[in-house]
Amino acid sequence: MTDAQADGRPEGRPANSILTPTRRMKRRKAAEKRFKLYGMIAVTVGILALVFLLTSILGRGLSAFEQTMVEIPVELPAETLDPEGNRDPAEMQRVTTFSYAPLVADALADVIAAEAIEIEGLEPSDLGGFISQEAAAQLRNFVLANPEAVGTTLEAELLAGGRIDGYMKGRVTMETAALDSNVSVEQLRLADALEEAGYLKTSFNWDFITAPDASDQRPEAAGLGVAILGSFYMMIVVLVLALPIGVAASIYLEEFAPKNRLTDIIEVNISNLAAVPSIVFGILGLAIFINFMGLPQSAPIVGGLVLTLMTLPTIIIATRAALKAVPPSIRDAALGVGASKMQSVFHHVLPLAMPGILTGTIIGLAQALGETAPLLLIGMVAFVREYPDAPPEGFFDPASALPVQVYNWTQRADPAFVERASGAIIVLLVFLVLMNTVAVILRRRLERRW
Amino acid sequence: MKDERLTERSVDMKDIKIAARGVQVYYGDTHAIKDVDVEIQDKTVTAFIGPSGCGKSTFLRCLNRMNDTIDSARVEGDIRLDGEDIYDPRVDPVQLRARVGMVFQKPNPFPKSIYDNVAYGPKIHGMARNKADLDDIVERALRRAALWDEAKDRLQAPGTGLSGGQQQRLCIARAVATEPEVLLMDEPCSALDPIATDQVENLIHELRQNYSVVIVTHSMQQAARVSQKTAFFHLGHLVEYGETGQIFTNPRDTRTESYITGRIG
Repeated sequence: MTDAQADGRPEGRPANSILTPTRRMKRRKAAEKRFKLYGMIAVTVGILALVFLLTSILGRGLSAFEQTMVEIPVELPAETLDPEGNRDPAEMQRVTTFSYAPLVADALADVIAAEAIEIEGLEPSDLGGFISQEAAAQLRNFVLANPEAVGTTLEAELLAGGRIDGYMKGRVTMETAALDSNVSVEQLRLADALEEAGYLKTSFNWDFITAPDASDQRPEAAGLGVAILGSFYMMIVVLVLALPIGVAASIYLEEFAPKNRLTDIIEVNISNLAAVPSIVFGILGLAIFINFMGLPQSAPIVGGLVLTLMTLPTIIIATRAALKAVPPSIRDAALGVGASKMQSVFHHVLPLAMPGILTGTIIGLAQALGETAPLLLIGMVAFVREYPDAPPEGFFDPASALPVQVYNWTQRADPAFVERASGAIIVLLVFLVLMNTVAVILRRRLERRW
Repeated sequence: MKDERLTERSVDMKDIKIAARGVQVYYGDTHAIKDVDVEIQDKTVTAFIGPSGCGKSTFLRCLNRMNDTIDSARVEGDIRLDGEDIYDPRVDPVQLRARVGMVFQKPNPFPKSIYDNVAYGPKIHGMARNKADLDDIVERALRRAALWDEAKDRLQAPGTGLSGGQQQRLCIARAVATEPEVLLMDEPCSALDPIATDQVENLIHELRQNYSVVIVTHSMQQAARVSQKTAFFHLGHLVEYGETGQIFTNPRDTRTESYITGRIG
């Protein structure tokens, strides 16, 4: 007792050296260590999941950016392609794709004969399936665009069939081909022989990014052109509508609106709207924009409007947080020198809140870009092969969207579409990463000023 | 010097700039200012002293209607600037604040350049016809705030990059640039070191030649040094108001005496 008081130590605390930790201290240390461990485990699990996701998608999807082409000379006989003999594209249009398909098969047969390739059991019908059905259509388009080519021999680059393409990328093997009614082992042997002879080559697949979607039977021709354009149009609509409306609403609510019950209700409900499932917005869009207002289905304008409704709460919440974060002393300073409320907001508060507003907006846009559910309800899931026109008419043309295209392709039976869908996910992720990078750069740049 | 004594002596004969009668301020249910009557004279420094939370800042903010920005605040009574009621519904607080400037406790320069900080007020009030005019106004304001020599070579540097004392003088320059008639200062030196405080006090002396200055301060020495009139607030009441010399040497109220001698606070 007296000892303790002499040391200036409170009663009940044992005398010991600071060099040896007390039991209580040890327990506290242990708890801290445990907590750090939990955190590290959580972070590791997250990183592992991300790595797994990326490897799985990249592993499956990267091959979509390559495409096997067959380079062979194709004869374009005048008697079948231009029966009238006047090279008039209008008349040549009567010749359908069906007349072009044998030309492609013949060209392949000629090459096989010329190279003296002999494959046991190779049926003539195998030659037709070796090259994509799309090739005949592409050939026809080329001929209609260049009528003078009729009667000559064209060095054509033709899309290989989906299974042949898969074989070149290692997805299809001899064993799977033996079980597959769409491809024969002989076709694969032919592919090996043609590759050795230099007729098959693999190149970067620009068509995957620019071409429109293709039918179930032609995965090799399917591209994202319409979907990218549709998503781009929708993002324009969202940006043009959601940014001004969202920022104006936030400024009013944060700076001008009286704080009363009505604004409280509005505030709570904006937060609630941010939590509403996106498919509900889809139903709303279907009921209001399509059924009531009569806007066309599958159109980027409707998709954009629905996504605007969905993005608005995000933008409003982010903007209000950014406005709240501006120190009140700045407002006081502006009012103190005789600025009006409006001047203090637009000259001082808004510029300071800008980085936060832009970050919120871009994150809202990125969310909208990846949104699928509401678009399904307004018909964006349709099969669209026509590019939408340039804006503003293009906003009313049917189009697809990137996430919907992914959904669409995963529904299809042909395994080649798994590759396409994964490729589309990569494109979508690239866009999202780009947008987030822009958000970070904008924030850095605007914040660095002071 | 002769001038100085003349002004000291003629204090009582000066015009009344701001007259407040029966001012009550409520924050929600809290009664923050209770029935305050005060007359603030032109070309005089008036100090508001009192313990924390006594309402001196609140009352100061009534004088240019800065309390309007606080939703729960309610002001009753009669405050007249040159005989005109500043709480008259026809009064635009923005116009009022151009005539009654304010310097805040914490230096709060805009995150813009020094030049833009000072030029902002004159710009929005349309006081400069051209760039040269504006340059003039900025220079004059910075000179008055004793900041010109330090700032003239870096007018385009950010105002937030200055030291605390310089920032506060920048805020004073910003306030005087709009040529207000009354300058309200809410503890302008509380964040400053003694040297910067001395500079600001000298500045207040100079400003008195043209303006009526009202300063809220926690430092009784400061009130004694800079002011001619002193008002002592306690718990929302204006306890005593009079000549600074009289308040500090011969207070009439026992509460004033207790506060000045350090017994309450």
